[in-house]
Amino acid sequence: MNFSQIVKKLKNKTVGIAGCGGLGSNCAVALARVGVGKLIIADFDSIEESNLNRQYYFHKQIGASKTASLKENIKLINPNTEVEAHNIKLDSQSIIEIYKNCDVIVEAFDKAEMKQMIIETVIDKLSQTPLVVGLGMAGWGDNNSIGSRQTENLFICGDEKKEVSEQLPPLAPRVGIVANMQANTVLEILLK
Amino acid sequence: MNITLNNRPQSFEEDTLTISEVLKLKNYTFKMMVIKINGVLIKKDKYNSAKVNNGDDVHIIHMISGG
Repeated sequence: MNFSQIVKKLKNKTVGIAGCGGLGSNCAVALARVGVGKLIIADFDSIEESNLNRQYYFHKQIGASKTASLKENIKLINPNTEVEAHNIKLDSQSIIEIYKNCDVIVEAFDKAEMKQMIIETVIDKLSQTPLVVGLGMAGWGDNNSIGSRQTENLFICGDEKKEVSEQLPPLAPRVGIVANMQANTVLEILLK
Repeated sequence: MNITLNNRPQSFEEDTLTISEVLKLKNYTFKMMVIKINGVLIKKDKYNSAKVNNGDDVHIIHMISGG
């Protein structure tokens, strides 16, 4: 498949991205660059200076909402990608409403309990929709511990062991690797 | 019994075990998990009752903060 064939195929696809932090912002940008037709993004947070060590925002956007800023940044990269932005804190019910017509959903939360919530919600209520999650990306180095695996419609990217802590912060390189691995998995599903 | 645990073969002396017993035998002390037996989601309130039998395909996915 050449690139224009890829763009043609991706043009009619919709990808849901739950969370616009390190995983969500980087994954969304990668998917917009390759030409996914529509992205549905959601987050309730605004940008803080501490986010800029890994998230796809700019210094002048500090204080602005993540969803509005990500929509703006994607428009600058690829105006052909439509972005539907929801400035809300997602829960089980809103996940079903917002993402029910997506071809793939990307889990891009930071907290373990939110990751559990979306996995259980999608397996329970949207079982036909593939879900791509990011698990374990804190710190730096140790490239070879990062991988991906699949169980039914659940795709897991990450090292599945390194949890974020004071001494093991999330940083651009490893978070970016996992976010792009999620985007790569989405492409694999959409281009099948 | 012989089962598949996280895509790898796993043997136990017992013929059947609950999820709670599997977690104990495997020394899994994760606070937050997503567990599936043969594709069926097992929520936390069922860990003491859901049975794992010979031939089952079990996934125990550890939830890890960060993103």
